[in-house]
Amino acid sequence: MKPHENLDPLVIAGKSYNSRLLIGTGKYQDFAETRAAVEASGAEIVTVAIRRTNIGQNKGEPSLLDFLPPSKYTLLPNTAGCYTADDAVRTLRLARELLDGHELVKLEVLGDPKTLYPNVVDTLAAARTLVKDGFKVMVYTSDDPIIAKQLEDIGCVAVMPLASLIGSGMGILNPWNLQIIIENARAPVIVDAGVGTASDATVAMELGCDGVLMNTAVAAARNPVLMATAMDKAVAAGRAAFLAGRMPKKLYSAAPSSPTTGIIAPSGSK
Amino acid sequence: MISVTINGERRQFDTPLNCAELIDRLELAGKRVALERNGEIVPRSRHANERLTDGDRLEIVVAVGGG
Repeated sequence: MKPHENLDPLVIAGKSYNSRLLIGTGKYQDFAETRAAVEASGAEIVTVAIRRTNIGQNKGEPSLLDFLPPSKYTLLPNTAGCYTADDAVRTLRLARELLDGHELVKLEVLGDPKTLYPNVVDTLAAARTLVKDGFKVMVYTSDDPIIAKQLEDIGCVAVMPLASLIGSGMGILNPWNLQIIIENARAPVIVDAGVGTASDATVAMELGCDGVLMNTAVAAARNPVLMATAMDKAVAAGRAAFLAGRMPKKLYSAAPSSPTTGIIAPSGSK
Repeated sequence: MISVTINGERRQFDTPLNCAELIDRLELAGKRVALERNGEIVPRSRHANERLTDGDRLEIVVAVGGG
């Protein structure tokens, strides 16, 4: 064994990652803050969105990829803002062209702009098309165990159920469903969306999730860079606790942690 | 004269041009962009071969921050 060999990497589509934290790049003040937060998080997989370029209006505008070079990070282009399977597929074909044949992508098809709840019918349809087209699809979905299984059966390389709605910071609303999804899955399960603070990420990992993907929890923190370091530790702590196996819960145990013998004589005894 | 729609905006050109020339005119040459023409990707290697025709709908995209 090499001295720094990671015995517990996150493996997605055959590639190993040291960090189980995946991070989004939206909602930061500027690209410098984006880069500082991403670096502090230790994340290796970084999501990006695909949008129309301005055509000549803002010459010399800085580019996100100058700050987060594809040589350093695994970029995960997403389909945020897509409400149909068709638009999601077109967006990711553009992403593949943009990133020189890059196949690892994040599929999300949303149901409505108010809740951003996933449209699972179009998500399933898009996943089928993309997998057939050679993409390695990490897929955002609801916490429905049956849909999660169907997405895995289609050939998605990671299933990414929500903890709660995108940008809500509400934490894990249904740990029981997540547990069923994890129990059924062969592909990595990554909680995507809804994490609000470090303990949410830890809980997700303690449940047995393989990773956590977040954006707003870091970007909307008062100090994003500090929150990014907190999330790095929270994910690592939750993973270690999961592997260690927690003690069983009991209402009371009458088994104190210190020895029950050798206690000094009670005051007043003869 | 041809008229095309680029990222939702109408643009007119008085001489015929191909995708590479279009990218040049838009001052996007050398930048990392991807181009879709009428719903189909035009790979970078084919930009100089694909000539625009009147009524084309083009999307030119970049990577931006997102979650």
